[in-house]
Amino acid sequence: MRGRILFLGVLIVVACALPFLVSSYRTFQLTLVLVYAIALLGLNILTGYNGQISLGHGAFYALGAYCAAILIDKAGAPYWAVVPAAGGVCLVAGFLFGLPALRLEGLYLALATFALGVAMPQLLKYHHLEKWTGGVQGIVIAKPEAPFGIPLEADRWLYFFTLAVTLIMFVLGWNLLRGRIGRALVAIRDQHTASEAMGIHNALYKSLAFGVSAMFTGVAGALGALAVQFVAPDSFGVFLSIVFLVGIVVGGLASISGALYGALFIQFIPNIADEISKAAPWAIFGVFMIGFVYLMPTGVAGAIRLLLTRRRAQ
Amino acid sequence: MVQSEAQPLLRVKDVAVHFGGIVALDGVSFEVARGRIVGLIGPNGAGKTTLFNCVSRLYDCDRGEIAFDGGSLLAVPRHRVAALGIGRTFQNLALFRSMSVLDNVMVGYHCRSRGGFLANALRLPHAVRAERRTAAKAREVLALLGLGALAAKPVAELPFGTQKRVELARALASEPKLLLLDEPASGLNHEEVGELGALIRELRERLQLTILLVEHHMSLVMGIADWVVALNFGRRIAEGAPHEVRLHPELVRAYLGG
Ligand SMILES: Nc1ncnc2c1ncn2[C@@H]1O[C@H](COP(=O)(O)OP(=O)(O)OP(=O)(O)O)[C@@H](O)[C@H]1O
Ligand SMILES: [Mg+2]
Repeated sequence: MRGRILFLGVLIVVACALPFLVSSYRTFQLTLVLVYAIALLGLNILTGYNGQISLGHGAFYALGAYCAAILIDKAGAPYWAVVPAAGGVCLVAGFLFGLPALRLEGLYLALATFALGVAMPQLLKYHHLEKWTGGVQGIVIAKPEAPFGIPLEADRWLYFFTLAVTLIMFVLGWNLLRGRIGRALVAIRDQHTASEAMGIHNALYKSLAFGVSAMFTGVAGALGALAVQFVAPDSFGVFLSIVFLVGIVVGGLASISGALYGALFIQFIPNIADEISKAAPWAIFGVFMIGFVYLMPTGVAGAIRLLLTRRRAQ
Repeated sequence: MVQSEAQPLLRVKDVAVHFGGIVALDGVSFEVARGRIVGLIGPNGAGKTTLFNCVSRLYDCDRGEIAFDGGSLLAVPRHRVAALGIGRTFQNLALFRSMSVLDNVMVGYHCRSRGGFLANALRLPHAVRAERRTAAKAREVLALLGLGALAAKPVAELPFGTQKRVELARALASEPKLLLLDEPASGLNHEEVGELGALIRELRERLQLTILLVEHHMSLVMGIADWVVALNFGRRIAEGAPHEVRLHPELVRAYLGG
């Protein structure tokens, strides 16, 4: 426990120092890592912990991003306020989607969430909604400036803002998953007959897991919109949903820290693949993915856990 | 609700269950008096587990009535059964396989503790207290069953008989009034079966339990049950004190496959 707190402290110090050591473009990339980490933690709550697969979480990311962009663009809302607003909208949307999804399991749930994922970009292009969504063009938003005359350029300020939200979301996620609720979610995944016989309201918990998961991913979407300063339907295709799923598997299913490893993977491996081969970057990405999963079948987090227990045993 | 001590804790009346063409239960009636150990016996496929599943609301009865503690069970949703005071174990193990022994037993206390998503995410004081109480309760039950040393072990790594005992611990953690045990002695050797019998009796005294016991080890059932109900092909074929039922011609015929 002591070691873990020390490790977290060092991690936070490093995270605070990093933007001053790298270029502002790299800072922007690191901001996206944090954004993806929140999104992956959300998906992991649903899929890793609760055992409900989602091939459509990009839709909740998109919903969060659009909430943020529309609130800023149309209502002139301050950037810091749109993040919780997007989370709230996605919480409700996720819960409502989770209700009918209760009837579905395994591959059927995969299909239903996939349908959500493919439908979302087209919904965002729908011409009756164009007034708000900006149609195919999307919405451009301004980059938030540091407040109170803090001498930080916009990219670095946004990084710190995102870091703060990330810490809050991870603390919330940690609290939720380490106690009564986390055990109940895993119990439902492991043995749903027994979980109900122990008094767990499976249907309610599964819908709430959907809601909470969507909330995390929606918060990430809002932060992502602020970082990219732009939302458009085609940046939220079903590919994004699949990449999220890749992220939690590579990072480690049912692991909180796994969300961070997964985020590093989905942010940086495509860049590295691109540098290796301009012609077929996704083939290289695929090689990396297979390599990771082959070498670390329980994800990066699982491999680290294994190393630690082995070292302790010696 | 008036609870007279004389009123049976569980009352099963004319319960029938069909699966397609198979009649799993065909008008079964019996009662379980408070504080008793009642053995439910019968050959394979007699309908014993099906009856358990009706009481824990996993299956719906096609006909009949089940009353617990004076109230009907048949309108109670599955997830409320534990809170009413009915705990159970499963014939073919239904543990949470990715969890430790302690976590499995802590889930057993779920129906007695409070604290929802928000309270847990924010670590509100009452959620923190509930978590502490849950851990204390689980450790207490593990100690009672002599499983204390295994608390941190992943449950999937334990032998079958020990896993059965963890399931018993998980059921006890829910502080049941009625305990349904589905073949608790499977996977145990002769000596261990004897110890289990003594343990079940001791648990009844200490925790004021009423127990419905399904078991194929006749020596165990006949040794500890106060009352025995025998089923065959979904029907009750005999009922009475152990020494009466043991020699009942219908039962002898059922077991000899007549
Ligand atoms: N879910 C189900 N679907 C279809 N048939 C079932 C189901 N559950 C039980 N049955 C059938 O109902 C009958 C009674 O089964 P049950 O499991 O209650 O017997 P049992 O007395 O517990 O037997 P055993 O001693 O082998 O555990 C059997 O013929 C079984 O095949
Ligand atoms: Mg059975």
